[in-house]
Amino acid sequence: MTLYWNEKYECMPRSELRALQEERLRNTVRRVYYEVPFYRRALQERGLGPNDIQTLEDLLKLPFTTKNDLRDNYPYGLFAVPLSEVVRLHASSGTTGKPTVVGYTRQDLDVWAEVMARALTCCGATKQSMIHNAYGYGLFTGGLGVHYGAERIGASVIPVSGGHTKRQIMIMKDFGSTILTCTPSYALYLAEVMEEMGISKDDLKLKGGLFGAEPFSLKMRDQIERRLGLMALDIYGLSEIIGPGVAVECPVKDGLHIWEDHFLVEIIDPETGEQLPPGNYGELVITTLTKEALPLIRYRTRDITMIQPGDCPCGRTHQKIARFVGRTDDMLVIRGVNVFPSQIEEVLLRINQTEPHYLIIVERRGQLDELEVWVEVSEHVFTDAVRGLEHLEGQIRREIEEVLGISVKVKLVEPKTIERSEGKAKRVIDHRQL
Amino acid sequence: MPVKQISVFLENKCGRLADVTRAIGNHGINIRAFSIADTADFGILRLIVNRPEDAYEVLRKEGFTVSLTDVIAVQIPDRPGGLADILTLMQEAGVNIEYMYAFVEKVSQDALAVFRVENPRVAIKLLEEKGLKIFSEEEVYNL
Repeated sequence: MTLYWNEKYECMPRSELRALQEERLRNTVRRVYYEVPFYRRALQERGLGPNDIQTLEDLLKLPFTTKNDLRDNYPYGLFAVPLSEVVRLHASSGTTGKPTVVGYTRQDLDVWAEVMARALTCCGATKQSMIHNAYGYGLFTGGLGVHYGAERIGASVIPVSGGHTKRQIMIMKDFGSTILTCTPSYALYLAEVMEEMGISKDDLKLKGGLFGAEPFSLKMRDQIERRLGLMALDIYGLSEIIGPGVAVECPVKDGLHIWEDHFLVEIIDPETGEQLPPGNYGELVITTLTKEALPLIRYRTRDITMIQPGDCPCGRTHQKIARFVGRTDDMLVIRGVNVFPSQIEEVLLRINQTEPHYLIIVERRGQLDELEVWVEVSEHVFTDAVRGLEHLEGQIRREIEEVLGISVKVKLVEPKTIERSEGKAKRVIDHRQL
Repeated sequence: MPVKQISVFLENKCGRLADVTRAIGNHGINIRAFSIADTADFGILRLIVNRPEDAYEVLRKEGFTVSLTDVIAVQIPDRPGGLADILTLMQEAGVNIEYMYAFVEKVSQDALAVFRVENPRVAIKLLEEKGLKIFSEEEVYNL
């Protein structure tokens, strides 16, 4: 089994890695200063010129970038290259109506394939592998991210995407899939349907898999490994940075290596913005070091983790981040899709014409997450006819589904059913035991 | 004249019907007729009471979602085929019924039913031309 995809970089001595990072940071800062008006203004406001950032310590002088900055500059305002250089666009959920748009140059796609090849190699993928890629293909980065990494390795990719579970199982069995990539909840759903179909893990050739894009507990890992007979590793990424492949577990299964030659990592106190030393939980902040189309400086991911102190026995020198313990905002991940309560609120506001009282309830039934939205019936929308209320229920459901792209259940409830606390209602109840 | 009906949104959960009726009962408001339309998740309670405006305010203050709807109260002969005759007349007059329900009490020898129709004022005129007895607000509230 190949241990590393790119040993030179993955196992680079820390001092060399640091020199490489500083060189790349200097280039990135220069590029955003000259090419992105948003950053030029932000640096000038701090009295910084394009050459004032030299070392990793200088990073602290730079401002943060947030998802709101991407929204305010929708769609292409933060791009650092002309659109003629952009060869791919992807998008993810924004906090309200508009999505977050990300672009890639040819070289960005190259970097993405490289980090995904490293990740796939971690779970045992080689040129001989048959990679069953059940991440969704489309604007979501999961499908194409894995796809290009797998092709980079020279493995065979089955671009099966999501859905048609029974057919997927037939394909896994007949095509001899050896590597599985999908969300952890879908992996468990596959296991469940396999059992119903009377197909055992011994009928399949699965050996390894990368599971990400949603919370992934140790309990789920044990189940996936036992029921599918493979080594299950956690993979992390976000489209703003590049997509999947920003960080991945190695076979040691104790933390996710973040590819520091491309992504500069910090952990900060989300309240004060101060950097925290390794071993302390805080918000993950990433600066891209090689991105051309959408370089981001100190991007606040809103994911909470820590840098794990110490070296990894696998030999990779890149620092590891711990399993994620939560978010600093109210984003939910449902069936791999990012959902912000504000997206639902916007729909309700439009239909209700007044501030809606609502509650989002997330449950895991079997292996799949279900989203239910309770909406208080206000006098503005109350009609005395049953079909009027059923129409309202249907309208809310359809419009939320349109915005989120996943199915929801809507329940109309009486006023004051939803608890108010300190003037502000609790918006989300997550019953999933993750 | 149409009669005012109180409509209340109710979730299908234990005790809500008792809460509504207790609230108006405590204010000395008397129920004359009622019906419930329900689905798997929610229901709509419809009430004819002697003081609809007061009932509306009381229930709003109690935090219910309430509305006032115009309905018509039609006298129905209490004999086999009585309702069918009235419905036939309404159909001939082109009055479309959304829903209907009957009063608990009888008025002399006849029964009384509530109809929710598209345009109550027009319907009343058409039905009175057909010779039907339509009860006024005062008559209904003072039953």
